[in-house]
Amino acid sequence: MTTSTPAPTPAAAASAPDDPTRLALYETMQLCRTFEEAVLREYHADKGPGFDIGRGLIPGEMHLAAGQEPVAAGVCAHLTAEDAVTATHRPHHLAIAHGVDMRRMAAEIFGRATGLGHGRGGHMHLFDPATHFSCSGIIAEGLPPALGQAFAFQRRGTDRVAVAVTGEGAANQGAFHESLNLAALWQLPVIFVVEDNDWAISVHRQASTAVPSNADRAAAYGMPGTRIEDNDVEAVWAAAGEAVARARGGGGPSLIEVHTVRMWGHFEGDAQGYRDDLGEAAARDPLHRYRTRLLERGVLDDVRVRHVTEECEGLVAEAIAYAKDSPLPEPVTATSFVFA
Amino acid sequence: MTITEPALPVGTPTHRTTTAKAMVEAIALEMERDPGVVYLGEDVGKYGGIFSSTAGLLDRFGPARVIDTPISETAFIGLGIGAAVEGMRPVVELMFADFMGVCLDQIYNHMAKIHFESGGNVRVPMVLTMAAGGGYSDGAQHSQCLWGTFAHLPGMKVVVPSSPADAKGLMAAAIRDDNPVVYVFHKGVMGLPWMTRSERTLDEVPDGEHVVPIGKANVVRSGSDVTVVTVSLSVHHAVDVAERLAEDGIEAEVLDLRSLVPLDRDAIIASVSKTHRLVVVDEDYLSFGLSGEVVATVAEHDPRLLAVPPQRVAVPDVPIPYARPLEQAVLPGPARIEAAIRTVMRG
Repeated sequence: MTTSTPAPTPAAAASAPDDPTRLALYETMQLCRTFEEAVLREYHADKGPGFDIGRGLIPGEMHLAAGQEPVAAGVCAHLTAEDAVTATHRPHHLAIAHGVDMRRMAAEIFGRATGLGHGRGGHMHLFDPATHFSCSGIIAEGLPPALGQAFAFQRRGTDRVAVAVTGEGAANQGAFHESLNLAALWQLPVIFVVEDNDWAISVHRQASTAVPSNADRAAAYGMPGTRIEDNDVEAVWAAAGEAVARARGGGGPSLIEVHTVRMWGHFEGDAQGYRDDLGEAAARDPLHRYRTRLLERGVLDDVRVRHVTEECEGLVAEAIAYAKDSPLPEPVTATSFVFA
Repeated sequence: MTITEPALPVGTPTHRTTTAKAMVEAIALEMERDPGVVYLGEDVGKYGGIFSSTAGLLDRFGPARVIDTPISETAFIGLGIGAAVEGMRPVVELMFADFMGVCLDQIYNHMAKIHFESGGNVRVPMVLTMAAGGGYSDGAQHSQCLWGTFAHLPGMKVVVPSSPADAKGLMAAAIRDDNPVVYVFHKGVMGLPWMTRSERTLDEVPDGEHVVPIGKANVVRSGSDVTVVTVSLSVHHAVDVAERLAEDGIEAEVLDLRSLVPLDRDAIIASVSKTHRLVVVDEDYLSFGLSGEVVATVAEHDPRLLAVPPQRVAVPDVPIPYARPLEQAVLPGPARIEAAIRTVMRG
């Protein structure tokens, strides 16, 4: 972990999680992974003899977040449903970690009438007012609305915060830089989180980005920037704890970049022929690594691991069943919801 | 017949003011009513808006509610969206409609789509104001109307006031609307002292609260011979021409649409049903825009309503030129409007 701009550590922030927190982080990561594995299965179940992206129970593009769970678990552990999270085109892990109703989220992914957006949004457009969760399928463009949520929270004199998540590819977009500047200028309670999974679809960050760490870019806007190199959920948790406490206390925005891993393709159907690091991806699996670490530390044992896995499988199965049992939207309603 | 229909009920207490000041009146009244109303944009504070859209607001409401932004349209329009999602009612100014290019993603992919994508669960009650239009040699990047582009993209209302009273009433309605509303003010209707202006940009405006419902067109001038459907500054040109043609015995009805979205199609059909002749005047580009939409509205309803082919007077699909004679040649000015009316009257 490197910090490009020294910042005072708020007293409330702890440097390491206690054992119950470790267990909770593990459970969140496992739930995210179990969900993504289920979506993976359902997505590919009926794509035809070859691969027809528009076919099956889940049509369209599908961006899954296996490997990126430490970001979601470590950051969202510090939030309540009153805080806002704005995610990207790869949003499921963040939605789950932030407490979005998994059944209605699954239903939206399946394009059902009971989904979060009654089938109008799809997996890149999940909106849950109950947890102030949203996402955008346009790179970096989810950041500006997060500023507005933070602006409203600040105006009302609350200590609520907004978390704005992007990938490392987004850090080369104008919206990213405009947002960092404005958030810092107005000292908005925002935590920018950059998921650096090395790959902007097929382009490695070394081929796209002039600086080795996007955390360094935070310094250009006078805000603390932290890069976590090893996809370590506890390091994410610690950095996010500081950043959230800073924002809640009126100390303004921070940026955290996590060097994470995209274990699967950019989207499902991506053969990843461009990828020279695919062989290492399984070894970099953060869920497996964290489980091993917690077993070694005695925070977890085999019984507990089995129990967590079963519990997650049960919750996910219930969500998937809810989605599958829900009706598809009626075609005659296709033009509704354009206006309030 | 040369009588202009009264826009206001008889006896309404009024005062005389410009479109710009009437617009500011509405914003101020809404800011008093609702602490969630804030105004954000470039040079909207001490300067008071490049086209006087916020003159005096900073002194009355202070810098916490009348907020100068950096030149970061993507960031501050998006900020408006997020604030609206959380229940505020921000009014956000894009200095020129022409600048939509640097921030369009926030406008059409976010502001206009969040309500739909959320299945109606998230509302975005914000107003996006912008100056539009040419006629003063500001060149191709500072003279466009572009309201047809916003209207083409689903999910935002588009209002285009022409008069001081409407500028006030439509602004109040826009701020109170639970949907995103794009509010386009033509620089030429604002009554600015530093720009050629119609005498109608200074007119009677109701005192106190005044709300004009969005989506209701206004018959600015009644007439039986030809319908001129138009918006914004072109309304003034059309009325000027109509009054002149009345001396030649041609009675033109001028219909001010006031908004493109929703479009008052009933009012268009009602007027053409009476006159059977149609001229559409639009300062936006000719093709794929408002003028075609108006003609299609009549054609889809009943093409037999038209005794002669309709005429469209718009910018002929060319960027707005700089040199005065060139710019005046492409804008839908009085001479072109008169020629179009005479053409349909001959037919």
